[in-house]
Amino acid sequence: MKFILGFALLLLFQLLGEITVILLELPVSGPVVGLVLLLLTLIVYGRVGQPLHEASSTLLGHLSLLFVPAGVGLMLHYELLAKEWFAISSALVIGTLIMLVSTALIMSFTNKLFTKGNS
Amino acid sequence: MPLNEKLSAIWLLIQSSSIPWLMLTLFAYALAMKLYKASNFNPIVNPVIISIIITIATLLLLGISYEQYFNGGRFIHYLLGPATVALAIPLYQQLHRIKKMLLPIVITLISSVVIGAFSAIYIADLLGASASTLLSIAPKSVTTPVAMGISENIGGIVSLTAGLAATTGILGAIMGTKVFSLMKVEDDAVKGVAMGLTSHGIGTARAFQVSNEMGAFSGLAMALTAFTTAFLLPYLLQLTGML
Repeated sequence: MKFILGFALLLLFQLLGEITVILLELPVSGPVVGLVLLLLTLIVYGRVGQPLHEASSTLLGHLSLLFVPAGVGLMLHYELLAKEWFAISSALVIGTLIMLVSTALIMSFTNKLFTKGNS
Repeated sequence: MPLNEKLSAIWLLIQSSSIPWLMLTLFAYALAMKLYKASNFNPIVNPVIISIIITIATLLLLGISYEQYFNGGRFIHYLLGPATVALAIPLYQQLHRIKKMLLPIVITLISSVVIGAFSAIYIADLLGASASTLLSIAPKSVTTPVAMGISENIGGIVSLTAGLAATTGILGAIMGTKVFSLMKVEDDAVKGVAMGLTSHGIGTARAFQVSNEMGAFSGLAMALTAFTTAFLLPYLLQLTGML
């Protein structure tokens, strides 16, 4: 029962997010705005109740599954991928490596620089 | 009714029904998770990529189109919305650490949005990818549903972006932990931010397997990248004359 209530709350915040996107003409998707709205609400409320806790750990526990249907969409672009596979896969593999290394470096460096005293 | 007519009626039902394709996705994922566990959580046996491979192979074998498949797949796809909202909870639980690291996170975020989009665009361009591919690849490090929106916005191919973003997520999830240990990065907060900035939700799913803290920071980085890329990318592309 707690899960059901928590799930309904998540949907409520998603809906509020979608409405905010229309009202403020934001270029981001409703769920991302819903995330921010829920975070602000939790900060004001001061704690996470059992329903939200159960719903979020269930959904996030199987986050990988939720990406499968979108990923299967790759089958639509067989011809394009056959033609440009080398450029695309190089860009993705090298690009991802560059990202991982550069973000970890910048984050480590700035973290040491700015949080010296208070950690 | 003769048997072969009954059989073709059943086949018609299977094709147009959403049940088999929802079921296929769940079975593929269950099998992929089993393999992942059997491999002792080796990141190369990534459950997302294995599920996608099993699903696509089955669909091609049966001659089912993506449209027919998505009839069932959409039930799972729609859960991405509430799951994205749910990231607020681990974020909230790590808030005290995030507050301390806000400035480093913001600096890393902005540089990563620029580095991420342009490294991929320039490599693909250098190797002869078409203009629409370049635009489709630009939002690759953004969580899939938002990446699709950005792609539409800048004139990319939306479903290609979905696939490329998912692939980027998988690549980051596979390579991330290895790269970080080679670089001797040990702080779960730093690893989480780098993972989330690079490979959004799929990286975040992987980060949660390492620790709750890494997952929370990865989720934060994912949400921030989604926002920043959506606002910044169109202007960056205009500035560099790509749009």
